[in-house]
Amino acid sequence: MLITKKEYKSVGEYLYSGELENGLKIFVIPKQGYNSQYAVFGTHYGGAMRRFAIDGETIDTPAGVAHFLEHKMFDMPDGSNALTTLSENGADANAFTSSDLTCYHFSCTEHFEENLRILLQFVSTPYYTPETVQKEQGIIAQEIQMGDDSPGRQVYYDLLSLLYAHHPIKDAVVGTVESIAEITDQTLYHCHRVFYAPSNMVLCVEGDVNPERVFEIANEVLGSERKSIPQADFGEKESDLPLAPYKERQMPVGMPEFLIGEKISNGAKDTEEPDGKSILLQRLTAGLALRLLAGASSSFYTRLYADGVLTRDFDVEIDYAVGTATMIIGGQSPDPEKVLQELLSEVDRIREKGFNKAYFSRTRKAMIGGQLRGLEDFDGTCVSLLADAFDGFCTLDVIELLPQISRQACEQWIADTFKPEKLAMAVIRPLTEE
Amino acid sequence: MKQTRTEILPGVHLNHIQTDKFKIAVMSISMLAQLDRENASMNALIPFVLRRGTAHYGDIEKISNRFDELYCANIDPIVRRVGEIQCIGLMASYPEDKYLPEGEAVAQDTIDLLCEMLINPATRGGLLIKNYVESERKKLADIIRSRINEKGSYAITRCIEEMCCFEDYSVGRFGSAEDCEAIRYKKLTQQYHTLLETAPIEIFYCGSQPSKTIAHWLKDALCTMPRGEINYEIGTDVRMNSVEDEPRIYTETLDVTQGRLVIGFRLGECMEDPDKAALSMFNTIYGAGVTSKLFVNVREKLQLCYYASSSADSHKGLLFATAGIDFDRFEEAKNEMLHQLDEIRNGNITDEEMAYARKGICSDLASMQDSQTAMESYTISNILDGWVVTPEEYMELVQDVTKEDVMAIANSVVCDMIYFLRGEETEDSENTVCIKEEEPSC
Repeated sequence: MLITKKEYKSVGEYLYSGELENGLKIFVIPKQGYNSQYAVFGTHYGGAMRRFAIDGETIDTPAGVAHFLEHKMFDMPDGSNALTTLSENGADANAFTSSDLTCYHFSCTEHFEENLRILLQFVSTPYYTPETVQKEQGIIAQEIQMGDDSPGRQVYYDLLSLLYAHHPIKDAVVGTVESIAEITDQTLYHCHRVFYAPSNMVLCVEGDVNPERVFEIANEVLGSERKSIPQADFGEKESDLPLAPYKERQMPVGMPEFLIGEKISNGAKDTEEPDGKSILLQRLTAGLALRLLAGASSSFYTRLYADGVLTRDFDVEIDYAVGTATMIIGGQSPDPEKVLQELLSEVDRIREKGFNKAYFSRTRKAMIGGQLRGLEDFDGTCVSLLADAFDGFCTLDVIELLPQISRQACEQWIADTFKPEKLAMAVIRPLTEE
Repeated sequence: MKQTRTEILPGVHLNHIQTDKFKIAVMSISMLAQLDRENASMNALIPFVLRRGTAHYGDIEKISNRFDELYCANIDPIVRRVGEIQCIGLMASYPEDKYLPEGEAVAQDTIDLLCEMLINPATRGGLLIKNYVESERKKLADIIRSRINEKGSYAITRCIEEMCCFEDYSVGRFGSAEDCEAIRYKKLTQQYHTLLETAPIEIFYCGSQPSKTIAHWLKDALCTMPRGEINYEIGTDVRMNSVEDEPRIYTETLDVTQGRLVIGFRLGECMEDPDKAALSMFNTIYGAGVTSKLFVNVREKLQLCYYASSSADSHKGLLFATAGIDFDRFEEAKNEMLHQLDEIRNGNITDEEMAYARKGICSDLASMQDSQTAMESYTISNILDGWVVTPEEYMELVQDVTKEDVMAIANSVVCDMIYFLRGEETEDSENTVCIKEEEPSC
């Protein structure tokens, strides 16, 4: 078991990383002087991975299995519930499922090693019965309904269904009341066997811990057998264009919520032999370019904010998941059409004039400060390390790569990416009186 | 981590924690005012207007650029309601100098900018800029109206508005959208000056600089702040009993697919001499976390809902139990939630439940010390209660809480309102009010 220790001198952090014989990747950031320890154990399996091939066989599953599994993983064969056990031990535990990840995590201030064992143990112990599955269908149906009442979630899926024709990323991770009704204990056993092999998983820990002990414990609990990794199938490549440019619906909201989006390059396709660092550099360039264009200090945002067209609730981001990359810009606005129109004129202006030099260097400084800020968040740092490990790079390398990004590369990214015909917009409007 | 508290200017206290633990330093400045309907929206609007421009950085773009130059420093408005005290101010955070490229330093510059934003805003003819006031009041009114977007928190807010309709607590931290839209810039400038002159001010700092340095920087940067007679006559009026003998029932309909049930209680006579440690034990056993009675029984055993939890406000003496349920399971859920409270009243509390609650609370208090913003809100909240205990002392108090203490709290609790947010196709009770966009006032 080889553990690599890397120092990130400028930010005063060390990262211990390595891979067990069973294929599990482990990352540990020791933090002296902190009371809490955080651990996240996650599998490369999420709501969009409904069709997959393993050992030569292709399998289709109903929507919502990954999330359903997440709910049922806490049940243990002795009748106990791991969430309760961890909680009884003073740990604050939870789990979440995204389109390509299922993560189980806890934070605690005592009994870290014991809690880590419980975490590793319960996530690798499948136990489902027809009765417990049926019971959970009721609880998840309530969760689905709760999501139906959330404008933020509705506008997000409306946008994705404008952008993606068939890629399962466009469907809700939780599934539908109908699709989860098809799930049986056997579906869960099968998907657990396929996706919860250590070779398909990552463990990240941050806090005042001994890194070697984390590796030892994981090795003890999980065994050394290395299993094959499933290949998810997302169907044919999607066109660059959206299905339709616009969709709106009405809900009880205070003011319109909107998202503008576009399918963009995920960084991996653009290099002949993509290595982790080149993908990361490409993603950082995209992130910085987008921040320069429409971030909190951009003339685009500050002008529209001053004019009352944008509010404090406004965000720009790129979501990378299951081989897709989606640029998403949005928030609340009394006039979403105006935002879109202004965005396009801003892009034209950048195409013509580029970014101001001083503005570029200020924004890059802010990115450096932002990285420091991010490091205070154990949860965010560990989940990024975990997600990025599946994409083949390390989040902390950002610190070294940031100074390498050039203004020209950002300008080029804007020019290449923004095409009016590729953009789509979803809007939720307040209910109108009948 | 040692915390000190010193009065650095008349009625201005610096609460200071020195530590090298974090990469970021945090400083907040809060002005304290009595929460009332007349001034709530004006007070709430002030920090948003201050954030728009200062004498040196006259507009939002210049301020944002300054933040970037200071390596992603940030200053955000604070508007809080702690009991019936409104805390209005600004919170800054910025990277510690030692993590910046050699020769770079932002600490003092950021604190200067924070102070300038508080006492030296962009003005025209001595008045806050009309355009900024009008733009921010519209945005604040929109924030207030957008409460409806998150149905869970909306239901709790509505329950408070109805349950406490005769108390200032119901005003909410931002006041109302209508009051907000009626604010004029001249009047707002007056109110801003009044606050600056008379409000007690609490400053919180957590970072690597010693208190002497911070006090020195602050005194310099705030030396032109006008201070008059400080208004210490602020506080929270605690109502012990329910408004009517029987709990009031209030149903509201909205286009939702999931019902939201909120049961509002008065903490009752235990508020005569509140025992915060016992209160947090009681609330944890009743409805905080996965070992709580509400989670275990209402969600897990009876599968009535996706979530069920409780929260207590120890300043105002209120407790809210809430769940997301199917419309037709209202009675069942309500009865079970009340039944679980009765269980505590009758002493049906296991040793395990006591132990889990103790562990959970102590773990929260320990991990709070890893978060500067959590320590900030703990500090401000304790100061306003006049109850200054360190997290370590709090943990000791939690160890001493007995089952009888928890029962005593449960027996003091009185149900005052049952609020239900449900979907539209209903021919329900006479209390039903149909709400579309506007929220009714009491």
